[in-house]
Amino acid sequence: MSIPTRHFDALIVGAGGAGLNAALQLAGAELRVAVVSKVFPTRSHTVAAQGGVNAALANVLPDSWHWHMFDTVKGSDYLGDQDAIEFMCREAIPTVYELEHAGVPFSRLDDGKIYQRAFGGQSQRFGGEQAARTCAAADRTGHAILHTLYQQNIRARSHFFDECFAIDLVRDGEGVICGALVLEIETGEPLLIEAKATLLATGGWGQVFRTTSNAHINTGDGAAMALRAGVPLMDMEFYQFHPTGIAGKGMLITEGVRGEGGYLINKDGERFMERYAPRAKDLASRDVVSRAIVTEVKEGRGCGEQGDYVMLKLDHLGEAVISKRLPGIRESSRIFAGADPVVEPIPVFPTAHYAMGGIPTDRFGRVAMPAGHGAEEVVVGLYAAGECACASVHGANRLGGNSLLDILVFGRLAGKDIIDYVRENPYQRSVHSASLDQAMSRLERWGQKGEGLTVQQLRAELRRCMEDHAGVFRTEDVMAEGYRKLCALRERLPAVRLTDHSKVFNTARIEALELENMMDVGLSIAVSALHRQESRGAHSRPDYPQRDDQTWLKHSLYYREGDHMDYKPVRTKPLTVESFPPKERVY
Amino acid sequence: MAAAPTTDPGPPPDATASASGSEDEIRRLRWQCRRGMLELDHLLDRFLDLGYGALSAPQRLAFVRLLAEPDPRLSDWLLSRADPPDPELRELVRHLVEVVRAQGS
Repeated sequence: MSIPTRHFDALIVGAGGAGLNAALQLAGAELRVAVVSKVFPTRSHTVAAQGGVNAALANVLPDSWHWHMFDTVKGSDYLGDQDAIEFMCREAIPTVYELEHAGVPFSRLDDGKIYQRAFGGQSQRFGGEQAARTCAAADRTGHAILHTLYQQNIRARSHFFDECFAIDLVRDGEGVICGALVLEIETGEPLLIEAKATLLATGGWGQVFRTTSNAHINTGDGAAMALRAGVPLMDMEFYQFHPTGIAGKGMLITEGVRGEGGYLINKDGERFMERYAPRAKDLASRDVVSRAIVTEVKEGRGCGEQGDYVMLKLDHLGEAVISKRLPGIRESSRIFAGADPVVEPIPVFPTAHYAMGGIPTDRFGRVAMPAGHGAEEVVVGLYAAGECACASVHGANRLGGNSLLDILVFGRLAGKDIIDYVRENPYQRSVHSASLDQAMSRLERWGQKGEGLTVQQLRAELRRCMEDHAGVFRTEDVMAEGYRKLCALRERLPAVRLTDHSKVFNTARIEALELENMMDVGLSIAVSALHRQESRGAHSRPDYPQRDDQTWLKHSLYYREGDHMDYKPVRTKPLTVESFPPKERVY
Repeated sequence: MAAAPTTDPGPPPDATASASGSEDEIRRLRWQCRRGMLELDHLLDRFLDLGYGALSAPQRLAFVRLLAEPDPRLSDWLLSRADPPDPELRELVRHLVEVVRAQGS
């Protein structure tokens, strides 16, 4: 079968902040760049980022990239690589100015400088008083950045393949990555995009959990493509949960609600946080509140017919306060929970929010993996950036304002490195037929007809299993049972059949391909979490409550083949400054 | 400290929209309901299942126009932070939220 083929210098899979910033560097250097996106680019999940971008501009309070670095290392619970963190915190400053010059409408101070707001986890002078480091475009920072980058890319003539779904990476006879097979969703036809370098920038995978704040598109497509190409995923056990998502739906209910005096109750009306955090109560840290909610549910004190959520009560604040200070919350609750918080509490449960781990890269976005004997080698021709990647700047826990920064800095630097790589490797390699056949077989598998399981059925079971067994509450027994269930689900995947075999906009087929990706990524989280016998950052083990630097100050690497785990050391040596040695993390 | 408003062209409204309610059209719209924000995914996808079939031909075309709007604007409209200036879209947004909410969202 002859497959239509297009040739480019660089292929970028994903059109969020990381992908578009990389594309802009490439197009600006007169390289031919293809950007593949399964939805229209400005509908990427970056659009949902409201917070802002951290950069030590010192426009509001004194600041330094070195203080920013300290906060990020500490926030990571010392699992972040300190060379990458130093690099990101230094690069934050030119990155923000570059965005400003590109036209991002950052909020301003009266003197015209970029306004910077305070955020949790930010300090001056290595843990001193609060810093003000976050640059924002009102509460639309993600949208403003995405919009600006998209416009600039159009101007620079980046070539967009909108509504195209990436199936798999393809290689030449020597194993060098040289593009990807994609599916045009509108026509249902495959398209081979050959490129000298390929960047995965496909975002996160919150959809593997039943309750998530992530959009439906966040199914871990790029991470699963990397796994199938033999690349391990790093630190996948570290996943950030927000304690108060709308139960069963996942939309965030901001911490501001509890800041204003709202509090959590169980089915007996008990204000249960008093038992878990007698001083901070409902304002305890995210992981403490999340675990308390799940414990209440597990011990039979959850609300509702299934007893599977708790309630966030704020009616005592009165309609005037709620309408004035929390207007968005009132409307969200009315629409998605069917509850007006002025008169009744909001059903809530922890919601999966952000992936710290991902495809392992160096600080130039080059995918790197162990090559035996402890050495690391780059996977030639393959790059990754953004939430799908792990340059290891977040370690075990991400700080607010560092996620947009990560995608922008490493998207930009990956773009710059690809420019050098393409100049040094100017000839397109030939895709090996076996590699293409393998990618095509993944697509053709979904043409099988007959009776079988449905995608929806298996997907629901997967997401439930991930929430119950690899979510907030992680003990050996709970996770071992989860792994067994996930293996059983994986074995049932070949029995899934589609009933819709049409070509045009066959969204059922896309959902099936996404399910395969979610299964692989889900297993990587569950297996990595099961093996890490300590509590660190977002990975909390009641059976191993302490951080164990002696044994576990190392990165996890999960391989799809045999669900195999490997480990590699944390890079504790920064580029130019002294290391920050591990200390107890106290705020 | 207010940020300058941004305008986002987004994709043009689907020129092939026929308002026929055919399976092809529903599948096409289903993908247009995939957005960058979970709140929009939920509202638009649910409405496509629950309310789109009962719309008149002009209302269906208005829905196609609505889907061409950028996510932050849709979010403002659907979560009652602002009203669409176009009366037809305003009515559609009101109806959409009502339908989804009435079905226990």
